[in-house]
Amino acid sequence: MITFSKRQLKIPKFSRDVYLVTGGNSEFRRAFPEKRTEELCIEAFQEAAKYIGMTAAELKQFIHTCYYGHFADHFGDQLLGEAVIHDRLGLDPLGNVGIKTGGATGGSTIWEAAKAVASGYSDCTLAMGWERMDEVPTDEGNNYIACAADKDWETPLGHIYTGYYAVMAQKYWNVYGREEESFRRTLAEISVKNHGYAYHNPFAHGGMKITVEDVLKSPVVAYPLRALDACLMSVGASCVILAEKETAYQMSRNPLLLYCAAGSHTLRVADRRDMEIPLLPNETPDTYKDLDREFPGEERYPGFTGFLAARMAAYYAYHWTGIQDPCEDLDLVELHDAFTISDVQTYEDIGIRPYGRGRTYVESGDCYHTNPKTGKPGKLPANLSGGLLGCMHAVGATGIMQVVELMYQIHGRHAEIHGDPARWKRYGKEKPKDWVDLQVRGARRGLAISHAGVGSHVTCTIVMQPDARLDQ
Amino acid sequence: MSGYSVKVVEGKYKLSGEFSTIEPNQPIFDEKGKLCGICNPRRIVHHHSLGGEAPFFAALARGRLLATRCDNEKCKDGYRSVFIPYRIHCPDCLERNTEIDITDLANRTARVYTFMVCERSGAFNTLEKPIRFVNVAFEGTATILMSYLLGKASPKIGMRLRPIFRTRNPTYTITDLAFVPAETRPEDLPPGFTFSLEPA
Repeated sequence: MITFSKRQLKIPKFSRDVYLVTGGNSEFRRAFPEKRTEELCIEAFQEAAKYIGMTAAELKQFIHTCYYGHFADHFGDQLLGEAVIHDRLGLDPLGNVGIKTGGATGGSTIWEAAKAVASGYSDCTLAMGWERMDEVPTDEGNNYIACAADKDWETPLGHIYTGYYAVMAQKYWNVYGREEESFRRTLAEISVKNHGYAYHNPFAHGGMKITVEDVLKSPVVAYPLRALDACLMSVGASCVILAEKETAYQMSRNPLLLYCAAGSHTLRVADRRDMEIPLLPNETPDTYKDLDREFPGEERYPGFTGFLAARMAAYYAYHWTGIQDPCEDLDLVELHDAFTISDVQTYEDIGIRPYGRGRTYVESGDCYHTNPKTGKPGKLPANLSGGLLGCMHAVGATGIMQVVELMYQIHGRHAEIHGDPARWKRYGKEKPKDWVDLQVRGARRGLAISHAGVGSHVTCTIVMQPDARLDQ
Repeated sequence: MSGYSVKVVEGKYKLSGEFSTIEPNQPIFDEKGKLCGICNPRRIVHHHSLGGEAPFFAALARGRLLATRCDNEKCKDGYRSVFIPYRIHCPDCLERNTEIDITDLANRTARVYTFMVCERSGAFNTLEKPIRFVNVAFEGTATILMSYLLGKASPKIGMRLRPIFRTRNPTYTITDLAFVPAETRPEDLPPGFTFSLEPA
């Protein structure tokens, strides 16, 4: 579709509030040769129970239905892997279902689990996601990921998803980046930032102290993108527990309000047609009246430079929650930084900056925990977990990990979870002597974007302290 | 892999030969000899229906490029839209599209909308690396086709292109269609490929 009816643009509404009660992550690694997937899922579940002072058995008593996010059966060579995990979690005979929306699987799993609570079908749900990407060689893994593209029109072209994605990066680089060296360095800064934040995250497996020059010297994957511009390939699990108000407060003293909206666009980028830009609350038609003149070369919207699915997810979520301007109304974000350039594209899709201006979010220092230009707190810190570049991309878990990280921040418990020396030791790592507490002081509202591939699915999850709601 | 064939006879698949090949398992040990896992090797042949898109792939082998067009006058967004990739149904009204031949349009107007030179590939790739992806815009079409560039030139946004077709030993996949810079001479085309051919 390229025009939308009023019914299609209806602002979503839950029939009753949904609360994020708890959540947990496993450790993430490139490979776990000595652990089965269920061990990772149980690890994440136990983390969630411990976070609210329960045992796993106690937490299970509250759960009514289960939603399992697992992108790729073929990676694990196990169809119906969701049933395996459900069985190993000992949650039979509860109803359960698998969710698959590519890279957005984690976010979509939360979307489904939240709707079950909101509708009244369940008072408490489990959203659990994982991925097993270490049991085939990397080139076979690339082929498997490419199988998420159109098998007749795209996959035979190199069997490499990066290529299908990177043509969009090239267009953005040409039109909005103007192929400027300064923009190339801005992209590298994102990589430096996110790998750097992951360095302080014991769950992460891509933490590194690197420089812009390191990024610019890393091997070319698909020009202008280099190896350090690309996300990790990971194994691990994450989960959240959602509940209606009364149940949530029985389980926790401080559950958070949760909203989740979703958008989509064509599976093949080729099928995108030109349309009007759907405007977010902080935009007007005037916002884009000079866009073509200022940035010639992209005569289409979203063309290959934007993600309509992300724009629509934000459109629904902002109008629903009452967010007018993400930079003013949110305290931190976790974005789907599959590539540095797609991170910039997302800043624009979700209104952190207008289309064409995404780079200024980085260049202003607003995206940092501490603005390197002013030494003051960043206006809207992004990906303090390290994101997909530095923390992990265990596909089915990624969108859930983001929300767990937001929860730690909004509860003010970031340091307790990330700074615990015993956790670092348990994961076979030494807590860095220069470890930094990345807690955002006074964080009350956060947003997570979970994004599939070239933009076929995107979810926008917003969590906040109940007394910080803007929709009443 | 060979030694198998698939035909359709009276509307049903008729399979013959070997489709599933099992090989012995191999254990995985760590450096101390502890068992960690197991390898499960085997080879599988999938067969897949091209369905209503089959005319597109068949036409490539004849040196022709087909698209489709919505001719439903009542369709609000899609009427007269030309779709390449070939869509069987209009994405707006879901009526069956009209098949049209856009070979001449492609010869005259194909341009690089965006591109990517990709140094890597996944398993089972058959294209020469680095792969030069080109997303090709045609005058008046609603969509932008993904394909790949052959020849020696580096792709550039706006570059004029011509489609070429694997008319000798076609694979009946999208790799039978590629593009070259518009000024390419017939004698410089890669083996097996030709410019468009006259309709039969």
